[in-house]
Amino acid sequence: MADWTLFEVFIRSKHGLNHKHVGSVHAADSEMAIENARDLYTRRNEGVSIWVVPSAAITATATDEKEALFDPSDDKIYRHAGFYKLPDEVGHM
Amino acid sequence: MYAQMVETGVKSVKTSTEMSSEEQAFQTRIDADIKIEPKNWMPEAYRKTLIRQISQHAHSEIVGMLPEGNWVTRAPTLKRKLQLMAKIQDEAGHGLYLYSAMETLGADRDDEVQKMHEGKAKYSSIFNYPTLNWADMGTIGWLVDGAAIVNQVPLQRTSYGPYSRAMIRVCKEESFHQRQGYEILLHLMREGNDAQKEMVQDSINRFWWPVLMMFGPSDANSPNSAQSMAWKIKRHSNDELRQRFIDQTIPQLQILGCTAPDPDLKFNEETGHWEYGEIDWAEFFEVLKGNGPCNKERVAKRKKAIDEGAWVREAAVAYANKKQQRNAA
Amino acid sequence: MKRFDDTTELLLQLGDSAMIQAQRLCELVGGAPALEEEVALMNVGLDLVGQARNWLEYAAERIDDGRTADDLVFLRDQGEYRNLLLVEQPNGDFAMTMAKQFLFDAWHKPLLEKLCNSSDERIAGIAAKSIKESSYHIRRSSEWIKRLGDGTHESHERMQRALDQIWHFTFELANPYELFNTLDTDNIAPGIKALCKEWQAIVATILAEATLTQPETAENNYLSGREGVHTENLGFVLAEMQFLQRAYPNASW
Repeated sequence: MADWTLFEVFIRSKHGLNHKHVGSVHAADSEMAIENARDLYTRRNEGVSIWVVPSAAITATATDEKEALFDPSDDKIYRHAGFYKLPDEVGHM
Repeated sequence: MYAQMVETGVKSVKTSTEMSSEEQAFQTRIDADIKIEPKNWMPEAYRKTLIRQISQHAHSEIVGMLPEGNWVTRAPTLKRKLQLMAKIQDEAGHGLYLYSAMETLGADRDDEVQKMHEGKAKYSSIFNYPTLNWADMGTIGWLVDGAAIVNQVPLQRTSYGPYSRAMIRVCKEESFHQRQGYEILLHLMREGNDAQKEMVQDSINRFWWPVLMMFGPSDANSPNSAQSMAWKIKRHSNDELRQRFIDQTIPQLQILGCTAPDPDLKFNEETGHWEYGEIDWAEFFEVLKGNGPCNKERVAKRKKAIDEGAWVREAAVAYANKKQQRNAA
Repeated sequence: MKRFDDTTELLLQLGDSAMIQAQRLCELVGGAPALEEEVALMNVGLDLVGQARNWLEYAAERIDDGRTADDLVFLRDQGEYRNLLLVEQPNGDFAMTMAKQFLFDAWHKPLLEKLCNSSDERIAGIAAKSIKESSYHIRRSSEWIKRLGDGTHESHERMQRALDQIWHFTFELANPYELFNTLDTDNIAPGIKALCKEWQAIVATILAEATLTQPETAENNYLSGREGVHTENLGFVLAEMQFLQRAYPNASW
């Protein structure tokens, strides 16, 4: 995929919050980057808004990034450990 | 463990006096548990080792889709199908998170994937074993993902920031995989007929030893561990993690009502640990070299997908260029 | 073929079409042309299996002979399936996969839009949930039709060939269907009579943008998925999908 561009992805997970950097995707253009980012980084919640920026367009200092986490939603419950009922005797898994 | 044997290219760990001032500052930062970020100075060996480790991990996630893909078209109920599809999708996603972390080190994803297709880069030996019955979907979730989690939980604290953050997201999403797998097996054992129960034991028999091999060679044969641990890109030894996994797994195995194919397995009252038999390391090294049951098929399938997708990716680029020109006009 | 009431027939058409489309997507695991596409295809598949389950649970309740949605999926033979012929066709190359997905989406989304206004609240509810998913599906598949149609020479050729090959299975989508008249009048699916025209309009627009030539009008091929008269392909799809339920009758999974 040498010709697909690397895009950095920023997601606003809830109204009122800032967009946060979550990672990157490869895509042929920015529209595809938005779709790929949506499919990859919002599998467990509906991100309210997505930004994509070609990685090459970012100028950075050497400062640290903050951790980016997603809060799971209740939409696809089988993705969450609590969905699987195990007997008490199994203990923590 | 998804990255089983990662070369550091370092013969011995440097002492403080042997280090340059840059190396000293770097090691001080690591010792103080301050994350290394992409723009920070890092020794070339650290960067290269991380690329190898993260790419092995990513390749494992991607190849790991195949044994489950083998059953996704045959999942027995709608619920099981949805769970398996979601799990496979997560694996593709986790592969992408990891490649994304790897690319912050200046590595190119296509180049690294190419190395895997050429047999130059490894992925976890476990995915070179076939999935032959439905219970294998349970065993992979319970044992394979279980072993991976034991490895990945400490890696959330790994010294390289992007890798650590990718692992945090992976661990958070993966918590359902192991329970999903165990529940499949528990259901077969408790609600299933004799044929289904046999499936479970057969599956455990086939996967038990390969799963123990996932943690990599015993400490005595892990020449790269010392440097990786000094860099905090590996946080516990192979044997330590393997023991932790066995100790937590045996009680779960007993609740299932199944056995492990290891006559030497016994609980040591004094140490409080389970002792296990000798692992067939000859098999491990052969599988890692490419001579396992499914190595050729797994790599061929991945290579075919990427090779045959070339025209699709080219078309997308051509279209993007045309559109840009039209917009500019 | 045993016919159920009109509403149940509609539910089976929706559920079975979503299910078989998803089953074909499942076959693609590990074979997508880019890693990002693996995630995307499985997203569509997950949405469709979820929708199929919702439709078929309601269908099972209406049929009321003790069968569950799982029984309908895993224990009916091909003659009882009501899916569109289009979705049971093999994936072929990525052009064919996307051609099928797009032609299906262009039927599916406007259909769900109409069902949102159904006088049957259960149907309206499922449609309202599904429409969000299917709106995204068609956005994605129509983008791919344009990329491949207006991409390189090779991709254009492949896309055109895929359309030419699959086109005769669009007869069911492009033509009026008898059942729709009563469903429309009864307000179960208000406006559904207009569906074939809307499908034609969506397809014509996207194919034109993609610089593709729309094949000649599809002629009736004397098959009808919705009446349970299928191509030879469906039997094999079901043989694979239903393997465990057939090999281990009455087992619990």
